[in-house]
Amino acid sequence: MLSASDLRKGLKILIDGAPYIITHFEFSKPGKGQSLYRCKMRNMITGNQFSQTYRSNEKFEKPALEERKMQYLYNQGDEYHFMDTENYEQTFITKEQLGDNISFLQDNMELDVLFFDEKPIDVTLPIFVNLVVTVADPWAKGDTSGNDTKPVTVETGYVLQVPPFVVEGDKIQIDTRTGAYVTRVKE
Amino acid sequence: MLDKKRLHKRAAFFQAIRFFFQSQGFLEVDTPIRQPLLIPEQNIVPVPSGTHFLQSSPELYMKRLLAAGCEKIFQVCRCFRYGERGRLHHEEFVMLEWYRLDADYTDLMLDCEGLFCFLQSEMADCTFPVPLHEPWERMTVAQAFQKYCSVSPARAIQQNRFDLLLVEEIEPHLGKEKPAFLYDYPLELASLARPKPGQPKLAERFELYVSGVELANGFSELTDPVLQRSRFEEEYAKMDAGSGRPEKMPELFLQDLGRIDQAAGIAMGMDRLFMLFLDCDSLGDAVTFSPEELDM
Repeated sequence: MLSASDLRKGLKILIDGAPYIITHFEFSKPGKGQSLYRCKMRNMITGNQFSQTYRSNEKFEKPALEERKMQYLYNQGDEYHFMDTENYEQTFITKEQLGDNISFLQDNMELDVLFFDEKPIDVTLPIFVNLVVTVADPWAKGDTSGNDTKPVTVETGYVLQVPPFVVEGDKIQIDTRTGAYVTRVKE
Repeated sequence: MLDKKRLHKRAAFFQAIRFFFQSQGFLEVDTPIRQPLLIPEQNIVPVPSGTHFLQSSPELYMKRLLAAGCEKIFQVCRCFRYGERGRLHHEEFVMLEWYRLDADYTDLMLDCEGLFCFLQSEMADCTFPVPLHEPWERMTVAQAFQKYCSVSPARAIQQNRFDLLLVEEIEPHLGKEKPAFLYDYPLELASLARPKPGQPKLAERFELYVSGVELANGFSELTDPVLQRSRFEEEYAKMDAGSGRPEKMPELFLQDLGRIDQAAGIAMGMDRLFMLFLDCDSLGDAVTFSPEELDM
């Protein structure tokens, strides 16, 4: 059991039988008054959001979530297929459920898939992925925009800002938590 | 972490506060930060420190100094409240408290007006979020509940919704045009404040708000030791039996309280006030090191 004082951004709790993740959290407390825990939450299956304010005496259950190591195989339309690396069972996750993670999925990539009630609901990517730059405009010297970065597109179609020395065909490392460029990878 | 410029501002801010009170004839005092027994307050969880607790407020010892004959005293000190962590809450924070003998809560409101105007004149390169010219807005708790929630404070307490409505429906509106005093609280929400003469269900307590941020809590002190003892007993009865706090009466305090005729005192959050002068909206931007910046 969790109590209200355990609530924080990113925590997963069970509400009416469904797993929710807290996306915004604010502690507040009027002078001499009760502690109030204001949460915005997202249903991890349907994506529905709602807000609720809890008091310190409220208790919560953790959803029974299970992480399995899986390998990304291929996509068929909006269905993204994964294989359990231990028992070779296959399953798919919808494009909607994957959300922004799609930008960093590579064939044969190993990652953690989150299951609730035997159904896959989310993936946890490796923190760093290496992707090949497929489109990069040459850096126009004397660009007066003031920013020493330029946009490039990587093999998954994701677009990001990188230093001007990165060229088409380079492999770059990206932090999947922020989506930002980390370094150029030499092979 | 504050940059050098803000560190200078923070130092100037505290210097100005001390100068203001000293120039008004207040004596700066210091009292024990570690205390064996804290005032029973249902909604404050103390931070243990060996056999003692870190203070959640210096109020007990400030009032004992009043009883010893000090007429005007102030203190800037650190206070600690366990588990309070958010945009406007840190477990460790700087409090300013000041007390006046032979005064009531309206005198403290005037002090607040004078203090803020002085601070603004001293901190010329800072812009306070609202104009400070007097008089500030004054609204009773009953008026605020009627205006923003169409419910009486008594009814809200009965439904256990008082704090929720205050935080979600009322506070965001307070102190938008100029600082605002919310005053005359239900008696059960002010265990150390004096009942309002002629209106025994109300306590002479107020809170000060600027831009929806609660800055200070002040009241006319309850100085009747018999009544204060029974208020403490009621507060202990409301507290969790398993809170781990000794359920003892602060006997020396109660003895001293009987020697005070009339007094008023106020506690003001300094980190929050400095945050407003910096025009920030998070405490973490106003303290030298925020909790996230500490080695774990």
